[in-house]
Amino acid sequence: MNFETTIGLEVHVELKTKTKMFSPAPVAYGAESNVNTNVIDWGFPGVLPAVNHEAYRLGIMVALALHADVTKETHFDRKNYFYPDNPKAYQITQFEQPLARNGWLEIEVNGVKKKIGIEEMHVEEDAGKNTHGDDGYSYVDLNRQGTPLIEIVSKADMNSPEEAYAYLEQLRKTIQFTGASDVKMEEGSMRVDTNISIRPIGAEKLGTKAELKNLNSFNHVRLGLAYEEKRQAEVLMSGGQVRPETRRFDEASGETILMRVKEGSDDYRYFPEPDLPPFSISDDWINEIAGQIPEMPEKRRERYVNELGIPEYDAGILTDTKEMSDFFEESITDGADPKLASNWLMGEVNAYLNANKLDLAQTQLTPANLATMIQLIKDGTISSKIAKKVFQETIKKGTEPKAWVEAKGLVQESDPTILTPVITAILDDNQQSIEDFKNGKDRAVGFLVGQIMKQTHGKANPKVVNQILMGELNKR
Amino acid sequence: MISKDQVAHVAELARLSFTDAELAHFTTQLDQIIVMEHALAEVPTDGVAPTTQLTDTENVFRDDVPVTDGPSRDELLQNVPESKDGLIKVPSIIDKGEADA
Repeated sequence: MNFETTIGLEVHVELKTKTKMFSPAPVAYGAESNVNTNVIDWGFPGVLPAVNHEAYRLGIMVALALHADVTKETHFDRKNYFYPDNPKAYQITQFEQPLARNGWLEIEVNGVKKKIGIEEMHVEEDAGKNTHGDDGYSYVDLNRQGTPLIEIVSKADMNSPEEAYAYLEQLRKTIQFTGASDVKMEEGSMRVDTNISIRPIGAEKLGTKAELKNLNSFNHVRLGLAYEEKRQAEVLMSGGQVRPETRRFDEASGETILMRVKEGSDDYRYFPEPDLPPFSISDDWINEIAGQIPEMPEKRRERYVNELGIPEYDAGILTDTKEMSDFFEESITDGADPKLASNWLMGEVNAYLNANKLDLAQTQLTPANLATMIQLIKDGTISSKIAKKVFQETIKKGTEPKAWVEAKGLVQESDPTILTPVITAILDDNQQSIEDFKNGKDRAVGFLVGQIMKQTHGKANPKVVNQILMGELNKR
Repeated sequence: MISKDQVAHVAELARLSFTDAELAHFTTQLDQIIVMEHALAEVPTDGVAPTTQLTDTENVFRDDVPVTDGPSRDELLQNVPESKDGLIKVPSIIDKGEADA
């Protein structure tokens, strides 16, 4: 029997605000335990929540970037559950009237484009973090409690783990370009839950779905879903039934493991949040936010290809993050040749970032310095070999390349009236090499160039040296 | 009529544990409350929008400005039974997945 797969994704993204969703406690990743908390986060008696304007604004911005319809009349709801990571014993979320509905994203897998629908998205508060001690106790840090989240619920429009992967990539990119979130899986600012079911090809009714959690990277999502496809097929082939259950992905074995049988939505006993008044979102505000959305990656990619002559693949990499794309554009504004800037960013710069596990913003490199360095190479002031030295200096220390090259005497020597006497002197001292050259031994030229470079401390322009050297050799 | 099983389920969601006698007692009480509440169902509400709030305000937002002059972490931690290294110590949580929002 052959099966087809149906996948839906629920993605939680932390919104980049200074304070929490319903309390003015600061939001910061990696702070000391429980420092960024206040009486509201702790759920003390008598405290009242208040909605963070910026969080809602960012939520609308994400909704618009995902082509969704923003809900005009909305209110918040309580989702009740007991768990130590949330001392209030309820989460404030939007259940009945989510922030927005009916969005979509376009993905591409193996050259085939497909629209993936987005059912709805809503803003809510994050929970704290539990760690499990080996002393039989658990430990709670409430720093994350109350951090603004947007949850984005896709339609069950994906039919393979590869499509799910492509959707997540596209979602991450789109949100990253709005600036609403860092969208980093490794820091937990983007988290993914998946629903997957299979059914015999042609069957009308969807199969029973399993939920898959604990996915720490897009790759784990892909691997976990691929495993689930296989597992569910084996269950059905052997005459069994897939149960509605929550499973987690185990990194070590690459398998999914049963966590628990799913609870029903009724068990959360949702009801309208009595501590917050309703919200009426005006068209004026929506239009204002629409005007603030930065240009999206697809538009930029098109522009790089059509206007700047950047190859399609390269343009894709340059628009992988807003940071890289903005940097590229600024370096061009500062006078860099677009193709050379693109080559440097994709080559040396990316290699440096990967080797040192850094983001572009964590280095000292500026668009202006990159532009200056490229200009120095282009006009022959420095050799490509010296450029590598200049690059290391400017990315590590933020040094202005032109002044540094001059101060360090690294300017390439291209003047024949200075190079010719050096070359003739070396030829005079190396009669044997001239003989070898005349006898057709090409290695002799390499040796002579080496001597000239040594003599000039690597500053001689190799192209000019070669020209003069060949001329002088042929004269002898 | 609400069943004893339903009451037991709600009790479990609230992390409450009852004896059989208590369960029977609360089932009768809860049932009376629900019956009383059904009186409201007799009021015609066709075409009336649900009311979720009675304060007569809307669009109350807060600016995204941190406020840090409240009680310190150590003061807040004085309200928990036990803490360790700035963390709240709680009984072991077995299900590691339920936490996330």
